[in-house]
Amino acid sequence: MTAKSLRLVIGGILLVVALAVLPLLAIDIPGVLPGPTYTPGTLQLLAFALLIAALALTYRMMFGLAGLLSFGHALFFAAGAYGLAMTLEAFGPAEWPSALVFTVSIAVTLVLGFVLAATVGALALRVTGISFAMVTLAFAQAGSVLIRRNPGSATGGDEGLALDTSNVPPELVGVVDTRNLYWVALGILVLVYLIVLWVEKSRAGHVAEAIRENELRVRVIGLRPYNVKLLVFIAASVLASVAGMGYLLLQSGAAPRIATADFTLTLLVIVVLGGVGARWGAIVGGIVYTLLDQRLTALAGSDAIAALPDILRVPLSEPLFILGTLFVLVVLFLPGGIAGLPARITTGRKQHPAEPEETVDA
Amino acid sequence: MDTLILLVITGLGLGALYFLVASGLSLIYGLMGVLNFAHGAFLTIAAFLGWEAGRRISDGTWTGLVISALVGILVGATVAVLTEVLIIRRLYERHIEQALVTVGISLAAVALFEGIWGTDPIYTDRPAWLTQTTEILGARIPNDRFVLIACAALVLGGIVLFLRKTRYGLIIRAGVENRHMVTALGIDVRRSFTLVFAIGGAAAGLGGVLASVYYGYVSAHLGSVLLIFAFIVTVIGGLGSLTGAAIASVLVAVLQQFANFYLGGTGDLVVVVLLAAVLLIRPRGLMGKAA
Amino acid sequence: MSGPVADEPILSVRNLYGRIAGQQVVEDVSFDVPATGVTALLGRNGVGKTSTIKSILGLIDRTGEIRLAGERIDRAPTHRIVQRGVAYVPEDREVFGSLTVAENLRLAERDRSPRRELVASLFPDLEARREQRAGTLSGGQQQMVSLARALVNENRLLLVDEPTKGLAPRIVDEVADALAEAARTAPILLVEQNLLVVRRLAERVVVLSSGRVVFTGSAAELLDDHDRVQRFLGVHDEREAA
Repeated sequence: MTAKSLRLVIGGILLVVALAVLPLLAIDIPGVLPGPTYTPGTLQLLAFALLIAALALTYRMMFGLAGLLSFGHALFFAAGAYGLAMTLEAFGPAEWPSALVFTVSIAVTLVLGFVLAATVGALALRVTGISFAMVTLAFAQAGSVLIRRNPGSATGGDEGLALDTSNVPPELVGVVDTRNLYWVALGILVLVYLIVLWVEKSRAGHVAEAIRENELRVRVIGLRPYNVKLLVFIAASVLASVAGMGYLLLQSGAAPRIATADFTLTLLVIVVLGGVGARWGAIVGGIVYTLLDQRLTALAGSDAIAALPDILRVPLSEPLFILGTLFVLVVLFLPGGIAGLPARITTGRKQHPAEPEETVDA
Repeated sequence: MDTLILLVITGLGLGALYFLVASGLSLIYGLMGVLNFAHGAFLTIAAFLGWEAGRRISDGTWTGLVISALVGILVGATVAVLTEVLIIRRLYERHIEQALVTVGISLAAVALFEGIWGTDPIYTDRPAWLTQTTEILGARIPNDRFVLIACAALVLGGIVLFLRKTRYGLIIRAGVENRHMVTALGIDVRRSFTLVFAIGGAAAGLGGVLASVYYGYVSAHLGSVLLIFAFIVTVIGGLGSLTGAAIASVLVAVLQQFANFYLGGTGDLVVVVLLAAVLLIRPRGLMGKAA
Repeated sequence: MSGPVADEPILSVRNLYGRIAGQQVVEDVSFDVPATGVTALLGRNGVGKTSTIKSILGLIDRTGEIRLAGERIDRAPTHRIVQRGVAYVPEDREVFGSLTVAENLRLAERDRSPRRELVASLFPDLEARREQRAGTLSGGQQQMVSLARALVNENRLLLVDEPTKGLAPRIVDEVADALAEAARTAPILLVEQNLLVVRRLAERVVVLSSGRVVFTGSAAELLDDHDRVQRFLGVHDEREAA
């Protein structure tokens, strides 16, 4: 291990420790956080941001590493959330201790997530590029429709599904225990990060990267891109359902919004905003996006905004308008996203592609 | 029998809406390789501004509706051209980034529309005839279906004529097949990029006004819902093929109606299954060019 | 025709580099194309002949100095270069298969008075098939369409890439006839594997090897030197190459 990577590992551990002790501290950053870090409201928001960061990390593994542009990633997040909620509700032999029911439910959900990921991946990866994006969109759309249609009252339809807490460990229920949920979220993020790191550094990860650059050449040297892509797809999808389970516990329920195409598009926005080129870009993107979304919503309801003339008030009171516009600007002017910023600052502004008249046609 | 006719004609009416959105999507993708997520926003803004213009001049009359349609077409085309010239063009030939900015535009636009017009649907007034039905072979068909079908047929005919009979149409057809060879014949193909955005935007604009007739309301999400189905239609029909888009629009919409009626409201699911099946059996779609 | 000064080259290429997807395919290539006659660009398969032609046209990323009759064209987009009178007959013909023959030709017409009679007299076969879709034509007929698209305008330079590739011997002769006719109206830079065709048409040759120019000179001189032909092109003589 080189000195540089050792420093990175130590830095990472310190960062995780710092995040872990946050609930014990009273740090208040007005304008960024709704209150001091030990308050349940703030912890709830931070935990949510960590889960979104974990989810974004899994999406980046597919899109950034393997070049798979999926429009259906929300399906697996929703599968984790709804899967756990439904198994907890439907499956609970009365004579079992609730800890066992909880553990088995998680295991069952994981298996379901794996089967779903393997099935969708095996089918969708038979096509590439835009067609792949469309098949994943189609499956996610089917999932979204199913959830909204509420077959056998299993998913709660538009109302969403509340978490049946009878078999959930008491430490993870209730507002006072938000700090435990925060630690669960942090644990999920660290777990996802380590697995993503492991996949990316493995032989399969390198092949996936090579496929993104040049699929034909990988095929020429005798490797089957399909298997590697499927592996990455399944890993990312199962990890997404782990994040989904964390979401269910944190929110005490699942809402149909998390299964929609818009939710996947939000993930895409987060990953690009953070920077496709780096893992920490997805994490920073997820946290920045969640906090921005929350703070912009709070800002939208503030008196300062209400006092503005309509032409400013209307756009400024729509968080998604600001985020969408910000996203367009990032794609246009900041191709590396947030993660690309340090390099841009140190090397100076890179020459933007010449004006259209001068660019070539290929 | 009468149920069958009702389902087919209603399907054709819905297919007409799909086609008005999908025709532009397909041409834009075919010529430029841009998957345009902002297309739904073109439709929604046209529906809103068309409705605002129509109700101010003559609400609930044919004059009002015609004005709505004209304003919708104009707004759709203008917004689409502005999007292409100001944003898409800056990312020339970078297809992923181009798709990404249109995603951003669509998210921002829907939020903006919600800010201006609210989150709830706004119910619109229509000429009385459109709310009545006509009996055909025992089936009572809502009259608005006929207007939708006629408009989509006119648009289809108009675009086909344009593509067949004009020099720009020729350039677009050639460009869909091989963009680089068109420039190698000394033609600035980018001008036709703006043109297909204008045509697609105009068709989507008309689609927006007609969608408000079909659904009876305008809402900030009008475009998003239609866009997903239009994407599916475009892919099933074959990206870049206008005829494919027309056939797939009808196929998808009619199938949807039948599944909704006979298979307990499973129309959306059946369409998704159809898409997956088509892509797995014939990845380039019904009429698409070879990959 | 208002041509350039007699001994000024119509095309001059200096230090041309070309890249496809980040990969260097043309490396420091320099040569001239005289204002008259046919100049053949030769070399083994994969040395970058097609990439050189595409770099000149701006169809792939390139840097270097390219002059058309003295004027820089290396910063201009493809369509502008073509509008200045550079016609392109690509490898594999690239006709628009879903368009008719007539539409393929109409699309190519840049001049106010296109030379339709010339094209009709050169390729009588195409006249009979004007309304046929180009995608349904034979390879030879598609090559005629591709050549006709170039010749319908008045050009200052023709870039012709492998026009006889994959064609039957009788068709090769027809294509060579058409090129000989075309050479009377404008200078040609010709990429060609068939050395019989090269001997018949070209006065000068430029030979590339791994992206660089290794020989420039008279065509006859090169083709008569069997050692060099073997070394540069990897073939023993013209009959084998054909």
